[in-house]
Amino acid sequence: MAQAPAAEMETKWWSGGKSPFNVEYGKLMMWYFLMSDAFTFGAFLISYGTIRFSQNFWPDPNKVFNAFPLAGHANLPLAFVSLMTFILIVSSVTMVLAVHAGHHNDKKSVIKWMIWTIIGGIAFLACQAWEWTHLITGDHAVMVNGVVEHIGTTVTRNPWGPEVAGAMHDGHHLTTTGPVAFGGYFFGITGFHGFHVLSGVVINIIMLIMTINGVFEKRGHYLMIEKAGLYWHFVDLVWVFVFLCFYLI
Amino acid sequence: MDHHQSSSEVTVHHAPGGKEVVQKIIRTTVILSVITLIELALGLGMYLMPNASSALILFIKGVIVILSLLKAFYIVGVFMHLGEEIKNLIMTIIVPLLLFVWFIAAFLLDGSSWRNLRNTNGKSKTEQVVSGSKAEKITPAEGH
Repeated sequence: MAQAPAAEMETKWWSGGKSPFNVEYGKLMMWYFLMSDAFTFGAFLISYGTIRFSQNFWPDPNKVFNAFPLAGHANLPLAFVSLMTFILIVSSVTMVLAVHAGHHNDKKSVIKWMIWTIIGGIAFLACQAWEWTHLITGDHAVMVNGVVEHIGTTVTRNPWGPEVAGAMHDGHHLTTTGPVAFGGYFFGITGFHGFHVLSGVVINIIMLIMTINGVFEKRGHYLMIEKAGLYWHFVDLVWVFVFLCFYLI
Repeated sequence: MDHHQSSSEVTVHHAPGGKEVVQKIIRTTVILSVITLIELALGLGMYLMPNASSALILFIKGVIVILSLLKAFYIVGVFMHLGEEIKNLIMTIIVPLLLFVWFIAAFLLDGSSWRNLRNTNGKSKTEQVVSGSKAEKITPAEGH
């Protein structure tokens, strides 16, 4: 906006016959869709926050998310989710490079950067699949009604409760069960975000096929890549807040 | 056909940038990565000092939230090019999002009020005669 061309300042945007927002219909509607989607995610995260604020105890993310593939029982808090975050940031960068190549009608570069973006998206989904599997199947010794049970993290059970004073089990502090809402919110919100990543990957694959087939070349512009890019960046944007609410604070 | 090969609905065309655009993308990538690393350092810092005061923890969490908002600003402004759109469009996106200010404040306050009510067995602060530690022992299980 800083260096707005003179023509932009003088144009009577609302006099009719042109888009008053200087964008094509599809891009404007993508923005409004993303705004509504932001409210959907916002409502989910605020609901999670409300329940979390209403509890006297909430699991420490550094204790829940401390595993890394092939690292066995090593205590590596935040390591795996950092990897996921960087994968998503990098795929966002490759996407913006694809959009940039589209501005120059550079078909070869668009194809190259779209392929990297799709690889990034699939890598993120693979990480999430591993994390979910680890949480659901990873057993923890938990005191339930005076009996030690081994349970994983699911939408109905949460082994990450407060520690039982003085009770040890296999060299770890024995805990009671934690708030059940933890699993429901974690799997619900990261699942909804993961579904957005999945649909983003599908959209990007369709865009890649259309680019390879020369659809945009014939059309004369790569605006569809821009719209897919907006969606993909939004997925990255939502992850910033999912990462914040579930893993950092 | 227009020189910049764009949609006919667009009145004022932005010239497609060259190297300086790529440089801006790289610079933003570095900024986002550095902010993420700071966030991770702060998150691990909280883990490594389990005896820190709750005020300090709250302060660190506040810093992390502000850093995340900064990341959101860079993603939306640079990667999604919202900063290059005309002002009217920016406003129709940003102004409705201000609803979040009320949304977050109202619901989080509701959550913490819910906790207070549960911990004090539904009594307000003036009605409380027991100390905080005793109040926690009054659980719903003792009711009917």
